[in-house]
Amino acid sequence: MAASVLSVERLSRNFGGLAAVSGVSLECGMGEVHAVIGPNGAGKSTLINLLSGDLPPSSGRVRLDGRDITGLSSDRVSRLGVGRSYQKTNVFLPFTVFENARLAAQSRLPSSLRFFRPAASLRHVNDAAERAIGEAGLAGREGVAVAALSHGEQRQVEIAMTLATSPKLLLLDEPLAGMGGEEAARIVELLKRLAADHAMLLVEHDMDAVFALANKLTVMVNGVVLESGPPEQIRGSRAVQEAYLGGDEEHD
Amino acid sequence: MDLGSFLVQLLNSIQYGLLLFLIASGLTLVFGIMGVINLAHGSFYMIGAYLAWSLTAKIGSFWLALPVGIVLTVALGMLMEWLFIQKLYARDHLYQVLLTYGLILAFEELRAIIWGNDVHGVTVPAPFTGSIPLTETLSYPVYRLWISAVVVVLAIAMYFLIQRTRLGMMIRAGAANREMVQLLGINIRMVYRFVFAFGVALAAFAGMISAPVSSVFPGMGGQVLIVSFVVVVIGGIGSVKGALVAAILIGLVDTFGKVTTLEIAGFNVLPELSGMATYLLMAGVLLWRPEGIFGKRL
Amino acid sequence: MRSDRTATVLGIVLLLVLVALPFFAGKYYVQLATKIMIMAVFAMSLDLLVGYAGLVSLGHAAFYGLGAYLVALAAPQYQAANFWTSLPLAVGGAALLAAAIGFFAVRTQGIYFIMVTLAFAQMVYFVFHDTKIAGGSDGIFIDVRPDAKIAGWTPFDLADFVQLYFVVLVAFVAVYVLLRVVLRSLFGRVVQGIRVNEHRMKSLGYSTFRYKLAAFILAGALAGLAGYFGAVQYGAVNPEMLGWHLSGSVLMMVILGGMGTLTGAVVGATAFLLLELLFQSLTEHWQLLMGGTIVLVALFLPHGIAGLARPLFGRKDG
Repeated sequence: MAASVLSVERLSRNFGGLAAVSGVSLECGMGEVHAVIGPNGAGKSTLINLLSGDLPPSSGRVRLDGRDITGLSSDRVSRLGVGRSYQKTNVFLPFTVFENARLAAQSRLPSSLRFFRPAASLRHVNDAAERAIGEAGLAGREGVAVAALSHGEQRQVEIAMTLATSPKLLLLDEPLAGMGGEEAARIVELLKRLAADHAMLLVEHDMDAVFALANKLTVMVNGVVLESGPPEQIRGSRAVQEAYLGGDEEHD
Repeated sequence: MDLGSFLVQLLNSIQYGLLLFLIASGLTLVFGIMGVINLAHGSFYMIGAYLAWSLTAKIGSFWLALPVGIVLTVALGMLMEWLFIQKLYARDHLYQVLLTYGLILAFEELRAIIWGNDVHGVTVPAPFTGSIPLTETLSYPVYRLWISAVVVVLAIAMYFLIQRTRLGMMIRAGAANREMVQLLGINIRMVYRFVFAFGVALAAFAGMISAPVSSVFPGMGGQVLIVSFVVVVIGGIGSVKGALVAAILIGLVDTFGKVTTLEIAGFNVLPELSGMATYLLMAGVLLWRPEGIFGKRL
Repeated sequence: MRSDRTATVLGIVLLLVLVALPFFAGKYYVQLATKIMIMAVFAMSLDLLVGYAGLVSLGHAAFYGLGAYLVALAAPQYQAANFWTSLPLAVGGAALLAAAIGFFAVRTQGIYFIMVTLAFAQMVYFVFHDTKIAGGSDGIFIDVRPDAKIAGWTPFDLADFVQLYFVVLVAFVAVYVLLRVVLRSLFGRVVQGIRVNEHRMKSLGYSTFRYKLAAFILAGALAGLAGYFGAVQYGAVNPEMLGWHLSGSVLMMVILGGMGTLTGAVVGATAFLLLELLFQSLTEHWQLLMGGTIVLVALFLPHGIAGLARPLFGRKDG
């Protein structure tokens, strides 16, 4: 078995008495797309927050390439090669598309405590930003302020920023949320392309997209893992059918 | 320090701490519930003290001056909320700071116009003029004990108001979820107006009852404001319990800092630097818990 | 682009007028202009925090005041301090104080940051007010202005109001240019990103604490520079130069002019000082008018004078 990029062991997080995430273990290797699905309130977003360092876990271990990153702050986790996108668009609205991606790319410099070097003058940072914008399908929109973009385009900016930090592990929290069919299809194509040279952990409600992308699925309900395995197994699982996939097709 | 003077200092620090609590609790409620930073809070303390002085002189009785002063300051608080503060709820803290700073300047100047720039005293009212003997040589003024007792009663009343009454429930719900409260059909604007006026009245009342033990002077609001801020920072924003603990803590640190001596290289440094002790305490708490002792984690 | 060129032309014209001012204006106006430029440096330094980094400091006078006090403390009694050593001392001292206060304050956010900066500044105030380090509550006179003699040659004399004016003009222009450069730098962009969305900056991998602290120190150092010249011009220092009323006033300057633009800080400082003079000429209770003006600005002019001018010149993005 190939070495995992991300390895999670019995990860838990309590809020007061409530266990939002409880004893979750999972693996994600290079070239793998691991989708986490489950009804609202299952703890999927909390799980992403625990992995990205936005929240410290109550117990358990998170390893990146074998290195223990449990409880590290989000900026350290990011610098170790983890890029995340947010469910609610979390970008710099007053800045242009280019500046959003450029700031993301600039974060890979050893230090930005450089007071005299003009920000726009670093060729490799600009190139990385351009590349990420192109990959996210926003070429030609560089000079537009993000606040003036459509919701779908803002989601693309979110992805461009994540890519501009050149991560090896991508944590994507509902990348398709609120997107139209055409936009969503484009992002699915993009994610497929990215899957080749990234490890990808994805939370998503759009089941068509999930089954088109994922080669591994983990189903969470009430903070615990109900079942984990390849798509065929999950599709055929009776427990999953009952708990989640069956009943009314309630998306969102 | 012998036991007797230790006891006196202990009583002094508790009385000072309780008074601070009275002022800071209003600040912390307004912060916690409405998210408004009110620099003019100290001005209301000053206004309370000046009202106690001028009303006592006019009416001839401190005990009658108190209720009249409370009615006046509640009305003033309502007016301020209606005129200015309610326009700031949705605005950045920056504008709250700016507007309430403007109010401070205006209040100071109005105070100069109405009451002048002199220092005044208010005589300790009967029947609390006497002192209780602690040891053969030391005694403690009854009026100071009365202040402490009043604040303790008020603190208990506030606890019941917030925890046990319908109004208190609205206040707590307002802090937690503004939209939900409005959906329930509760008039959040009136709740806010009441809370602000209540905070103003607490500060002013603190000014009134402390007038007989400290003099009434221009600029007295500024000092109190900043110490109250330290209380809120240490206790945690929005936490009345935190304000109580922090205020007593500061009372102890400040009072004992002034009477303890510390010699460094033959120089007696503590009394001069005791003003700093409060701030060093704040620095320590910030390192330990940046959100304050009873604050919610940010 | 066109508005950029207009701004450059306006800037050059203003600079020429400032250079020429002492040749046609009287002593009163030259000294007033000196004071305005000193306050403009002070306001620009605060604008770096409030307008660009999103850090609302209510204790900025502590750094101005320390810079001022160091002029007095650097001088042996009845003698002049050396300009070339006392200036770096004032700037460095203010930077050091900013590092110490910032180390604690920058951990906090929002209302906490406002209160903590105010409280620590007040602590500095008490140090100078309650101890005999520098004359206690009365402050001290600076009997002789700092001496700029270097290798036997004195390039300028700070006791001469015209020469002081030109030295302050140089400092003013230098600070403006420095901040323009810094705001466009790698560091400057990070700081502006923090103001817009600190959480996202962290998840992008920026240790935001470090950048906010650096901005706080830089702003403190520049405030110390302003304080240095403030003390040199005034000829005395007192605790009010550290007090929170000055912190409130400089915040008003920043907002009055329009925060987040360096020009706004300059316009705000000018407008504030002129308003003060106007109100003082009207009544002895001028603070009432100033307080009322501040309230009105907070309520109705959130973008300051620049907000008024915007409809005239058209909106500029960014």
